[in-house]
Amino acid sequence: MFAPRLFGSGKIRGGVHPDGRKDATSDRPILTNLPLPSRLYVPLNQHSGDDALPLVRPGDRVLKGQLIGKASGRVSASIHAPTSGTVLAIEAVTMPHPSGLPAMAVIIEPDGDDRWIEIPTPPDPFSLDPDVLASKVEEAGVVGMGGAIFPAAIKLRQGRRFEIQTLIINGSECEPFLTTDDRLMQERADEIVEGTRLIRKIIEAYRAVIAIEDNKPAAIAAIQAAANKVGAIEVMVVPAHYPMGSAKQLIQAVTGLEVPAGKRSNDIGVLVHNVATAWAIQQALVYGKPLLSRVTTVAGACVAQPQNVEVLFGTPIEHVFKVCGGLTGVPARLLMGGPMMGQILPSLDVPIIKGSSGVLALSKAEVNAHTSSPCIRCARCVDACPMGLVPLEMARNSRADKLDAAQEFGLRDCILCGSCAYVCPSHIPLVQYFEYAKGELADRRSSQQKQEYTKGLIDARKERLEQERLAKEAAKAAKEAAKAAKDAARAAAKAEKEAAQAKTQHPESTTTSPADNCVREEQP
Amino acid sequence: MLTATLVLTLMGLILGGLLGLASRAFASNDDNPLVKEVESMLPGSQCGQCGLPGCGPAAEAIVNGTAAVTCCPPGGRALAESLAKKLDIDISTLGAAAVPQLAVINAEQCTGCTRCYKACPTDAIVGASKQLHSVISAACTGCSQCVAACPEDCISLQAETLSLTTWHWHKPEAA
Amino acid sequence: MNSITHELPLRAAPHAHDRSSVDRIMLKVCLALSPATAYGLYLFGWPAIILFVVTLLAAVATEALCLRLAGLPLQRLLDGSALLTGWLYAATLPPWAPWWIGAGGVAFGLIVGKHLYGGIGQNLFNPAMLARVAVLISFPVQLTTWVNPMPLGSELAPGFVDALAIIFANADYAAHLSAAPSGVDAMTGASWLGASKVAVGAGTDVGQWLAADFPLTAAFSGHIRGSLGETSALLILVGGLWLIWARVISWHIPASMLGMLSLCAWLASHFNGHLFPGPLFQLTTGAAMLGAFFIATDYVTSPASATGKLLFGAGCGLLLFTIRSWGSFPEGVAFAVLFMNALTPLIDRFIKPRAYGRTLGGKTLKHSDMRKIV
Repeated sequence: MFAPRLFGSGKIRGGVHPDGRKDATSDRPILTNLPLPSRLYVPLNQHSGDDALPLVRPGDRVLKGQLIGKASGRVSASIHAPTSGTVLAIEAVTMPHPSGLPAMAVIIEPDGDDRWIEIPTPPDPFSLDPDVLASKVEEAGVVGMGGAIFPAAIKLRQGRRFEIQTLIINGSECEPFLTTDDRLMQERADEIVEGTRLIRKIIEAYRAVIAIEDNKPAAIAAIQAAANKVGAIEVMVVPAHYPMGSAKQLIQAVTGLEVPAGKRSNDIGVLVHNVATAWAIQQALVYGKPLLSRVTTVAGACVAQPQNVEVLFGTPIEHVFKVCGGLTGVPARLLMGGPMMGQILPSLDVPIIKGSSGVLALSKAEVNAHTSSPCIRCARCVDACPMGLVPLEMARNSRADKLDAAQEFGLRDCILCGSCAYVCPSHIPLVQYFEYAKGELADRRSSQQKQEYTKGLIDARKERLEQERLAKEAAKAAKEAAKAAKDAARAAAKAEKEAAQAKTQHPESTTTSPADNCVREEQP
Repeated sequence: MLTATLVLTLMGLILGGLLGLASRAFASNDDNPLVKEVESMLPGSQCGQCGLPGCGPAAEAIVNGTAAVTCCPPGGRALAESLAKKLDIDISTLGAAAVPQLAVINAEQCTGCTRCYKACPTDAIVGASKQLHSVISAACTGCSQCVAACPEDCISLQAETLSLTTWHWHKPEAA
Repeated sequence: MNSITHELPLRAAPHAHDRSSVDRIMLKVCLALSPATAYGLYLFGWPAIILFVVTLLAAVATEALCLRLAGLPLQRLLDGSALLTGWLYAATLPPWAPWWIGAGGVAFGLIVGKHLYGGIGQNLFNPAMLARVAVLISFPVQLTTWVNPMPLGSELAPGFVDALAIIFANADYAAHLSAAPSGVDAMTGASWLGASKVAVGAGTDVGQWLAADFPLTAAFSGHIRGSLGETSALLILVGGLWLIWARVISWHIPASMLGMLSLCAWLASHFNGHLFPGPLFQLTTGAAMLGAFFIATDYVTSPASATGKLLFGAGCGLLLFTIRSWGSFPEGVAFAVLFMNALTPLIDRFIKPRAYGRTLGGKTLKHSDMRKIV
């Protein structure tokens, strides 16, 4: 067993220092109790994994907090009604995704009462068994709120199977513009610390560290004060350095360890949860409240009143902008998430989902996009890569569809953080090359799998047809044999006794399976 | 000078001739083992979408160079690339691979005659007599045998539709 | 409402940029070159200025022509890469070389060394050095004629008209001067590197000879015979260090190249001071400084990883020392850099940075490896 260092150096490799632009929102309190939109579009898949199964029909009345989508499949999460109202339809709506493709959603017309379903007062969570707590987190539909949207309960259960030395609560919100975690830590520090203690109890971690970047002094002070009240929770200040908020980088900064390629952080005894997830887990375990809303940063030069708002899932983004004073101009980019890793939105008609850490309407100057020019091999991308990869070679090979070579140069380890493209003087869309190559590789894997699967089906069918043919032949032979035997018996009986007492028997029950029919029809 | 030129020319001629003879004398008359290997890589559903009468002839045509490695729609890009690798063809010269297709049954026209699912080499169609049939897309290779078998002309082949899980970014336009 | 958003471009993240650009990088390199070049132009007067301007104009014209022929947008001219190639090439020329050496050389370098490979970013060899080597081999006399420093405004310096005659009409300025009453003994001479080579060939004790004759301070500050923009080691060093500070280049190549050159020179002169000049002579003469900071560091033709850069620089230094000591040419920066350029793809293929979570060989980290790394 190797001895992990108690503290990391706080340093990560490469990385960049993008202009934070957090001042516009970091000092303004979270706006809660937004006016309800006229419709909520609650997608049945707001997490990584399979769709939740809808439990309601059009016309049903639902109450706030009522389970409307049940987790189904190996990786999935429950969905709850964000407010009380009537289910209008369950149909495909455009998702907050650059493809603009639709996915199934429960469309709810709020009745304006915002009436909660009855929630029994939960027992003291610290007196409960860890497995019970994990199930409660699962029932509340909590997913990783930092962007990974992986169901939290699954991660907790995985953590229980390993010896976790260090639980890291990620307060290193490194994306420019975003201040949701910052505000949450400033305003709900006690809840986050309690959530941290609960997670720690569930996974039985030796240490719990809340890691916060040094550009958030107010959050550090608030969390430190809250942690001092209970003790045993460490607060670690890490340098503000993009992508510090990425789990792999934060683990390196806090523990000094690297997560081995292709492994999970569990394997080195570390588990990372986001501060917003800690808050959601605390709400679920202490108050029994399912996850219905999240804090989202609304910012960018094209937003009249940039601020953090607590939004119900399913709220259209247009409504969110309206609450913040509307758009002041035509944005150059409309994003969900931060500018470094966020995704372009296809329209304003898409809903806020569990992973929406921010909605940004950026001006041209903030985006600073240019048409790309050829690579001059300056290797600034190599220096900026926090994973120690060679982005320029990865892009060159991806462009030539030499995906194996691209993998070799690091595509397999790429976390798509965008540091390389951020510093590229030729404005080459490196990340898009990587996204393309990763997508192509996934396509190939799945078509390879399908090919193997259908090949198996063909072989199975051939074998089945062959067996059916043999069975038929055998049956035919048996029938003939039986007939012959019967004839012989009959003859013998005739010969033995004149007084005939014939006992007839059906030699065989006929099969009527369609497959059998098929064989018969095929063989004239 | 002249001698050197003559000697070199003569050597070139003789050696070249020898090589040519050798290639004839030692030509492999056996079945090309490569054809067998390529055939094992093909889907094996004998669907004929490549325009050849089955995977065996297709493998032969691919090895002989009369069919492109991209000719197999069920195999798609992945197969084209592994074939290219096997046959030492530059991947970047491939061009677009045939797109995988899926059979789709028009529910309004289907009479439940059961002919399509009997024809399906991968058992990808389910249904019963006088009942609407349905295609299991995970098992469908787009081989089009059901299309030919359907007396109502109610089966068509369509390119797979994209979903949020299968969509991915396109390659950026080159600078 | 949708009318707004449908016009938005479909681009993957990131949606932010640090505002760096190719033209700004090239501009910074030119800026870093300018003190040394300005000093060279002052030192060698009007002929040098004319040669410099002619070379730059030829570079830009050639680039424009190539872009036109390749069907590429002429805006690419603005990236400044051709200007920089021309500048670097001019900086390595004898200050009074005829105009066609400047114009023809840079045209050759850009056409054969850059655009035949597919333009910016695609070339294997440094175009400026390719041009220099081609010209050096073809026209060795013109490329080894070094004038003494004659600063602008000094008594002997040629005027603008004289300069035109020198550069464009190959006028014999020395003869013209000796006819003048003041008279002068020698207009031109060998470069210090060439002189040391001759001295070694003649059996002179180089150590003693240099100790007696070599003006180290002048060589460092730049007041010596030499190429147009490479005489002042000091000013090149200042420009190069500024480039490192401005993060345009990394320290790896200059440090390893100059380090290796100094190490070899120190060892050699330590063991055989009669034959080999010491490191200070090596560093302050010829194109060693210019090569280390401005030529070997060319992005396109040098390795991408830090380790690769160290190896590349060390290779350049070693080759430079070898060529200077035993080669037939007195100076070897261009040859050394070109040779290492050829090795760059190989270095990049085999020397990659260690990826997070992997060993240097690309295998998944094991716990036992981790202890070593931590």
